[in-house]
Amino acid sequence: MKWQLVFDPLFRVPFLNGLLLAATVPLLGAYVRLRDEWLASLGIAQATAAGGVVGMLVGIPPIGGALGAASLAAGVKGWYRRSGNDVFVLFLLFGWAVALLGAANSAQGEEVSHALLDGQLYFTGPAHLLAAALLAAAVALLLPRLSRRLLIERFFPDYFAAMGAKAWRLNLVFDLLVAFAVAVTAQSAGVMAAFALVFLPPWATFAGAAGWRRALLRTEGLAVAAYVVAFAAAILLNQPFGPVLVASLLLFSVPRALSRHAD
Amino acid sequence: MSEPYLAFRDVVAGYAAPVVGPVSFEVRPGEVVALCGPNGSGKSTLLGALTGASRVFSGRIDRRERIRVSLQRQLPARPEGIPLSGRELLHLTGADREAAPDALAPLLPLRIDRLSGGQFQFLEVWACLGSRADLVILDEPTNNMAPGTIRTVASLLASRKPERAILLISHERGFVDDVSDRVVELAP
Repeated sequence: MKWQLVFDPLFRVPFLNGLLLAATVPLLGAYVRLRDEWLASLGIAQATAAGGVVGMLVGIPPIGGALGAASLAAGVKGWYRRSGNDVFVLFLLFGWAVALLGAANSAQGEEVSHALLDGQLYFTGPAHLLAAALLAAAVALLLPRLSRRLLIERFFPDYFAAMGAKAWRLNLVFDLLVAFAVAVTAQSAGVMAAFALVFLPPWATFAGAAGWRRALLRTEGLAVAAYVVAFAAAILLNQPFGPVLVASLLLFSVPRALSRHAD
Repeated sequence: MSEPYLAFRDVVAGYAAPVVGPVSFEVRPGEVVALCGPNGSGKSTLLGALTGASRVFSGRIDRRERIRVSLQRQLPARPEGIPLSGRELLHLTGADREAAPDALAPLLPLRIDRLSGGQFQFLEVWACLGSRADLVILDEPTNNMAPGTIRTVASLLASRKPERAILLISHERGFVDDVSDRVVELAP
């Protein structure tokens, strides 16, 4: 194994890109789990994959198609206005069908589809890093403002209605943020890796955390540690990044989730 | 006399069909007003008319603008497996932790999904009463509570603030008579 490969300047941009995603996406995942919308990440990720493939077919860069599909998915979810996971299953099935049909009928589409399956973090460039940096900035700016309101909506569901206020703006902003995060992550790390980053860290840490703040810290710590291990392992073992990240997240998450003792 | 925070005027409320009403009452600053009646008399349906959970068939509800409202549900939301401590729950409503009853102190570091029903109910009641809300609405606040805790809640309601109004919904007539200024009776 060649350890120096891990530190090759060629991989600095991909490493930073993935690090930003690993540090931000699981935080959103914690709030997705709070809202019991954990399937959102997979449904939106699959919809963004379809958007990327369709975008390529009609001459739009895949990231543009993915972001468009993610925004559309967030809009449909807001319009549907029903909690739970039903709508995300529809996204998942529709996205899967469109992505595979698009891939089957075009060489370019097949290439994009394959990249979204494998997760080609090592081939990401400054445009992907910029998107990840914008996402991290948006999360850093918006999440502290949204956090209390999202928690209130879950624990005091009548709070906004009793005040005569509407919560749809809050929900739309959060849904768009999640859609943006999943679209950007799926383009860099693959569809399943995006889902795993949203789902696994909070699933693993919620059972043992004594409070919300600690749960967020542990969620982020677990995700970043699993990412660093996956980044090195995929290079050293010459494996596609997406599946290695998912495997690493599983290795970090499953033992933690199974030891359900609060601190 | 100051303008009411909340006024129900000939409100008939229900779901597919009317369940309760017409009902009229006002809640003014400094008052504790109770909606009282047996189970099935439409107390929570009437409250649902305020939050949109039930439908107003006729009449109207006037709520003073820009007042802060805090509402404790009859069945408070406590999602399983979400790590929120008692202290963090109070932070959500801005409830004063320093002024909290002594009996709450041991509950604050604990996760709320690991509290008993009565402990969680007590915490929820303080989350509303300890907040800076102008209007506090408590729907069956004594559910699951031990007698000692009910006495603590009664004393909290007695030490009211002049600018605060409380709308209390309860089927426990003795508790209602002890703590409220006016009672609106609802027949089944």
